[in-house]
Parts: sequence; C-alpha cells; structure tokens
Amino acid sequence: MKSIPVSTTINGDACEFLCAPDETLLDALRNRLGLTGAKEGCGTGDCGACSVTLNGRLVCSCLVLGVEAEGAEITTIEGMADGDELHPLQRHFIDHAALQCGVCTPGILVAAKALLEKNPEPSDEEVRYWLAGNLCRCTGYDKIIRAVQAAAAEMRGA
Amino acid sequence: MSLDEYRKREFKQVGQRVRRPDGVDKVTGRAMYGADATAPGMLVGRILRSPHAHARIRGIDTSAAEALKGVKAVLTGADLPAQEDDFIRDVQDNCMARDKALYDGHAVAAVAAVDAATARAALKLIKVDYEVLPHVTDVDVAIKPGAPVVQKGRSLENVPAGMSENVTSHCEFGHGDPAAGFARADHVVERHFRTAATHQGYIEPHAALASVTSDGKAELWCCTQGQFFVRTLCAAIMGMEASQLRVTASEIGGGFGGKTTVFIEPVALALSRKAGRPVKIVMTRDEVFRATGPTVHTSTDVKIGMTKDGRITAAEAHLRYSGGAFPCGTVDMGAQAAFAAYDLEHVRTYGWNVLTNRPKEAAYRAPGAPQSIYAVESVVDELCQHFGLDPIDVRLKNAARKGTKSSYGPTFPDIGLIATLEAAKKHPHYSAPLQPGQGRGISCGFWFNFGGNSCVSLNINTDGTVGVTEGNPDIGGSRASISLMAAEELGIEYDRVRTIVADTSSLGYNDVTDGSRVTFAVGLATIKAAREAVRVMCGRAAKIWGIDAEAVEWKDGAAVPAGPNAGKFPPMSLAEIAAVSFETGGPIAGHHEVNVDGAGVSFGVHIVDVEVDKETGQTTVLRYTVFQDAGKAVHPSYVEGQMQGGAVQGIGWALNEEYIYGADGRLQNPGFLDYRVPVASDLPMIDTVILEIPNPGHPYGVRGVGETGIVPPLAAISNAVSRSAGIRLSELPMSPPRVLKALGG
Amino acid sequence: MVKVRLWGSLRQAADGRTEVEVEARTFKELLDRLGETYPGLAPQIARGVSLSLDGVIYREAWFTEIGPESEVVLMPYMTGG
Repeated sequence: MKSIPVSTTINGDACEFLCAPDETLLDALRNRLGLTGAKEGCGTGDCGACSVTLNGRLVCSCLVLGVEAEGAEITTIEGMADGDELHPLQRHFIDHAALQCGVCTPGILVAAKALLEKNPEPSDEEVRYWLAGNLCRCTGYDKIIRAVQAAAAEMRGA
Repeated sequence: MSLDEYRKREFKQVGQRVRRPDGVDKVTGRAMYGADATAPGMLVGRILRSPHAHARIRGIDTSAAEALKGVKAVLTGADLPAQEDDFIRDVQDNCMARDKALYDGHAVAAVAAVDAATARAALKLIKVDYEVLPHVTDVDVAIKPGAPVVQKGRSLENVPAGMSENVTSHCEFGHGDPAAGFARADHVVERHFRTAATHQGYIEPHAALASVTSDGKAELWCCTQGQFFVRTLCAAIMGMEASQLRVTASEIGGGFGGKTTVFIEPVALALSRKAGRPVKIVMTRDEVFRATGPTVHTSTDVKIGMTKDGRITAAEAHLRYSGGAFPCGTVDMGAQAAFAAYDLEHVRTYGWNVLTNRPKEAAYRAPGAPQSIYAVESVVDELCQHFGLDPIDVRLKNAARKGTKSSYGPTFPDIGLIATLEAAKKHPHYSAPLQPGQGRGISCGFWFNFGGNSCVSLNINTDGTVGVTEGNPDIGGSRASISLMAAEELGIEYDRVRTIVADTSSLGYNDVTDGSRVTFAVGLATIKAAREAVRVMCGRAAKIWGIDAEAVEWKDGAAVPAGPNAGKFPPMSLAEIAAVSFETGGPIAGHHEVNVDGAGVSFGVHIVDVEVDKETGQTTVLRYTVFQDAGKAVHPSYVEGQMQGGAVQGIGWALNEEYIYGADGRLQNPGFLDYRVPVASDLPMIDTVILEIPNPGHPYGVRGVGETGIVPPLAAISNAVSRSAGIRLSELPMSPPRVLKALGG
Repeated sequence: MVKVRLWGSLRQAADGRTEVEVEARTFKELLDRLGETYPGLAPQIARGVSLSLDGVIYREAWFTEIGPESEVVLMPYMTGG
C-alpha cells in the first residue's frame, strides 16, 4: 500500500508525515513522529492509554487513522506542560501520588484536561464517569480522583 | 545471617510523602516503557499462535513465509535447544511450543520482518499441520481419572496412586486431629467453592527489543519485574553465558506478578540471532490475555466447626488448583495461607495441582492466597451468621497472635492481626448505619512476604549528593522509598539522593520485584550500604582530625568527634567530607550484597458495604476501608496506593473478572471489553488505615505491603452480598448473571 | 539434636512422622542429614525448601545457626507476585 502524506498541527506546531492508509494515528504518532507518550494498551479503544485530542475532542488514537489527522489540530501529553512548567494536573498527579506504574497516566491526564476544559467544577461522580474509559490497574483510582479535583480547584483559583 | 533487629527511632525522612524521582518523566510522556525503545535497523517480530486448545504439531512448513520479501527470520520450537532442567524446559516450551500446542494462544512459530504488515503477512504463510486432541479446561473435570491428559509423566512422587495423570503434585499442612475438633463443635459448616482464573491486567502489554551480534553478545531491553531473572532464563534458552547478555529493564507499566517470567524475550533474542538485526516484539492485548498471566482457577471444599460462643474447634480445606498446562506450585502457598489468620488446635489443608489446557499460570499478587482465604472467610462468616455473632469479635476470639502455632507450621513472632482487627472494630465505618438493602462484610487477609537477593551500590558524589544504584524495577514508587531510607541513614535531605535501577551488567544479582520484597529487602541493603559509606566518611574525618576512627560518630549528616575528643573539632558534614574525598583517599562509596531473610508476615482486614440490585443482579460497592499492617510506612502515599490498588483488583475478581472458555477450549473474552476490570465509575473512594507494628527483622521495622491487599476483598464482598441480598454465593466472580440465578430470577 | 517439623505430605517419606530429629548446627547440615536419613525427602529438598527458624522464614541461607531449642519447620520454597 502506498503511503499518504498528511499535514497536521501537533501541540501547536505544523507537522507533516507519511503514513499507510490503514495505519492508526497512534502508530503514526509513536513510530513516525517519536511521540511515544501515548501508549497502546489494547488497540481496541477499551483502555484509554492512547488518549489524545483531535480538534479539541478526546479520542482514542488507536481508533483514529493517521490520514484522518489531515488538516486537524492534535494535542498529546507531550504538549501539556508549558515548557518546563507543568500543567496543574501534572503537578497534582505527582503530589498526590496519583500514579504508580505511570503507563496509563498520559492518557488519564489528557482525558482529565479535556474534562476540566468542558467542566471546571465537576463532581467526583462526573470525574469518575468521564474517566471510565481510562483504565488504571495500579491505584484503584482514589488518588487520581483526588488529584484531578485538586488541580480543578487550583485552576478555578480556589 | 543474623537478623538486623529493629530498633525504635525517630524518623526524619522516612514517613515523608515526598515527590517520586520519576514523576515528571511519567506525567510528561517522557518515561520509556517496553514498547518505546527503538534500535537502528530494527525488525518487527510477530508470533503465530495455536487456535487449538490441545493439538499435536505434526509439522510446520515455513518455506513460503521465508520466501516472502522483507522476511528476515522465521523461528519454530525446533530452533531452540533441548533442555534437561524441567523448570527451564517448561518456560521455553511455553514461549514456543515444541511437540504439542497445549492451549489456545500457545506460540508455535515467529517471524521477523522489515515492518508489521510484512510480518503479519508472513504469519499467514506458515502452515502448521495440527492433529487436534481432546482437551480439558476445567479443574474439576481434569482431576477425574479418564480426563484428557495434558502432559504425561509430570506427576511428582507425592501424588497418591490412582489419580488422573493431570494431578502433578499434592501437599498437606496442619496439625492436631480435625475429627476430634469437629466432634466438639456446636455447628459445622462445609461448603464447596470455585474461583475463576483472573489476569493481572497490567495496562502495558509485554514488549522486548533484542539485539544479538555476530560475536555472541546480546542486549535485551524489556518490561519486566526482574531483569536478572530474565537474563538467567534467556541465557539458558539461548545457550549464552550470562556475561554476554545484558538485560535492561524499561519503565514497567504494571506487573502484579505477571512480569516475573519470560514470554517473548527469548523469541526476540532467537529471531535477532537468526536475522542478524535487532528485533522488537510487542504483544497485542489479545496475546496478553491468551498467552500470559493468569492466575490459577480453583475448586475448594472448606469445613469449619465452631462452638456457639464463637470458638473454632477444627478446620479443614481441600484445594484443587490448576495453573494451566504446566506444573505449578501455587496450591502449596494457598494451602499454607488458608487458615493463617487463626489460632487453631486442629487444622488440616490438602492441595492438588491439576493440569488443564490453559495458559501457564504466572504469579499474581499473593499467589494462591486469595482463593483459599476467600473460601475460609466465607465459611467463618456463615458460622457468625448462624450463631448471630459479630464477625470481628469472632475473628478476634480466634485470631493468630504471637506464640500461635500457625496452620502452616512455624510459631508466629510479633504479628499485627489483633491490632488490625481492633482498628477495624473501632473505626467509624464499622458502626455506620446501613440503609435497607445494603450489606456490610469483612474479611481478613494474609501474605508471607519475602526478602531475597539484593545488591545496592551507594556513591557519595563530590558535591555532597548521593547516587544509589539498585537492581529492582520500580513498579510503584520504590525509587522514592529507597532514596528516603538512604537519606535517613545518612542524615541528609531526600532531594540530595537519587536512586536508579541498574541493568544486569552494572550490579550483582537481584531477585525479581515480587513477594512484596523490595522496600523491605532492597531497603535493608540500602541501609547497610549507607552504613558502610558512613564508616568510610568517619574514617576520613578521623584522618583529617588526626584521631582514631573509633573516636568519630555520625550524627545528623556529619562526622562528629566523640568520647575524649568530643567538642575538639567542629562537625564535618557529608558534603564537606565529600568535597575533599580525592585528597583524603579517593571516591567514597558503600555497597552491600545480601540474600535477605526475616521478612515479616502481613495481615489485613477489609470492611465493605454493598448494595445488590435485585432486578439486574449488579452489586455496587458503596464504601470500602482497608486496614493493614505495614510495619513501617516508608512513603505513606505509596503504601496507601498499594492497599487501594490491591483492594480494587480484589473487587474486580469478586464481581467481574473471569477467564471464560468455550466448549471448543478457546478463550472467549481476550480483551478489556469482555474481560472487565474495574473502571473509575464502578468504585467509591478506598479509605485506608495504615498500622505500624514493626517487623523485628528490619532496622526500620519495614514489612512488605504489596500483596496482602488483594486477599480480603473476595470474601468481604461475598459476605456483604450475603447480608445485602440474603444469598450466599460460592463461585467467583459474583457477576450479575450468577447473582440473578442465585436470587432465583 | 534438632527437632524438625515436616509438612504433612512429607510424612510418607519420613517413616510416617511429622517431626524428626537430626544432628545439625546449621541449615546446610540439617538439609544434608535429612536427605541422608530419609532418602524419600531428597527429591523435595532438591526442588527447593524454605525453613522457618523460631517463626522467621528463610528461603536459602545454609549457614544459619540452629540452637538445640530452636523451632525448625520445613516449608516448600516460596515465591511471590
């Protein structure tokens, strides 16, 4: 199969890459662009470890084709910090010990940021349902929920 | 070795909730996990797996695959050497079948090609000539004489004659005369239980990148709980010397016991050797479920007698565990753990391991214990209900304590069970009111905890900072804990210490990150290494001052003249001694290598409130509290994390998770959609209460905390369901269909 | 002489006894004497055993000293997750 050129914006930077027609956005990000922060935990959209945003919408990049990124704006975990300044979610995840092995963390952070952009003051239940598509096997989610709420409070200026 | 006994002390660093050193890498996506590595000229490796539960491999024709453009190597079991050692042969045969495919998903061939599409196409060109054989996937069927035999000739000498050849080992533990004890009981309950196989469910699939060069050297990068053990296994399978194979553990995306062995690592190495190029293999989730992990699935009978005032008079358990198609010793640990929480005069457990056509069991958090303790704690609870007794009071009345002859033999030293039960009893959760339809359950849990081989090298840098090199993959914050213990012992701040995990060429042998051993055993080696460095630093200060080394003490991070010289010289800090180390004899370091013993057993108690929806059969967990003895919590947040994570894995086991095999012997649910692990919206907060009953075998009192937490949820939830819905289930998971069936719906 | 408690399924290999006595000052001596005195135990010892000394479990440690009054319990070699 012949590769197709794709022009896109990733974390604010213009980006061009070639990919096969059946190649996922996740594979393109990881294997062609070196953005390995998004992880493949299942390849079927069940675990959320590959979460990125595509034109502002939270998606599993394993369920998106690379060619669908044409003309789109993509953000990944690599674009979350502002230079060397961590996003409040990133900081609170460290401070609240909300990660153990850390492999689900990039996806959960991307998903949580997407939530707080829509809903700056979610209830615990809203956080839990929003993150229900992001599996974490280490933490039991308790500290993740607390970290998201602490970051949300800080971002609201509370 | 003599145990380094616990001494009470005031901690300055240990017990602080510091930031972990790998935190920023892990929240920015920079941390390198198994699948994130690349190498120049790297090929993609993929594995062909058996679609049959049991089949003789009459032949494999790889010629068409080899002829495909872009294919650089094809591998079958015939390419790997014959092994004399049973253990190594089983590991190797599990990585690549030789004569028979023993389960659905068993590897039968592998290819390395220039890209994934070519590798996939090559797999389709491999022709395997299978003779399909009768299969058996259920332990209760496999144990019967006449069942299809998975492997012949694998029974140990301890298996009684006349049993199915699938029975590979038998064990028996206990003391006293149960028959006499049952005769003294006011009531005896005997029940049959079954638990499904579950998977560790780590989010990161197995990944390995191997590079073998023509001079016989090899590099292996993989996600593992133990790079040294990977080296041992791969060197044996590859016929290599250990020194020629360097294994580097990547960051690890969860393991829980499932990454304590090898699956794809020897395959990647063998493909790389054949192709003359680096080869990377990353498993799909389907492969993870079909060919790695799971736990044993079990069938048990438990019989317990009790007097009407709640004293257990006798207890007996028969445990039948199957660890899949290869012999497995997990039932030994289940049998020893079953009644560990109780002080019993008459107790006996019998265990049998049985082969089935399922994947080879891998350890999963407290291997063997959740299944047997689930059965025991369910029967104890039923007896409490029968007599109308409080379940914590009954456990307190029968609790193992210092001086108890344990059900597995040894007499217990200081243990924390009674304190843990008392903490649970007085906690507000235990007395909180319940709404109609809600039920509360409790259960005890237990794990042995291990020590093991540990090497630590601790270097004092000239700028006064400290580097600690250890050899155990950090699976949940252990680098922070190790740094805390080094800082404590040296009397410096945590952020002056950085701990890294070494590859197999940089340090002596370290046992796998398992058995809840790392904070205990590697921590002990770290403390000893720090003491060695302190001895050197005191010596340097003594030379500078011109006094005897024995006349120098280490206090608050500095050498201080002591005895008759006290006050004669100002203290010299670690940084001041380090700054002149080149002038005073050279770089300063401490190191310690030891096979640690003296791990302290760990008990936990869980309280859970549930509500069963009688329309749907769904059980909702409303409130959950974990009580566990940590000995000493070095980093309390990560201790809580272990307790919470273990509890939630147990909740999944209790309510949803199970390997489902069809009549065709194939796994029906090899994906996260159908093998449902708990998600955030299933759960409440998991409250934790850490108890600290010091382990006498560790200088800071540390016990392991990783494993015990998965044990109590199984029975605690079953007991709560019983009190919520008035039905006592005896099979896990208590999935909605099973609950509905029990409700008569 | 050191009293060694065996687990139940080893009884058949030790003349039906669950407690045996051997002359030993260390774990290594104890394992050697056990294997010599009761050849039926040798396969299990070769596969691996743990030993509990006064309630503390040791997985290896040949040279651990055993006193005449010590409580010694033989256990299967243990592994974790």
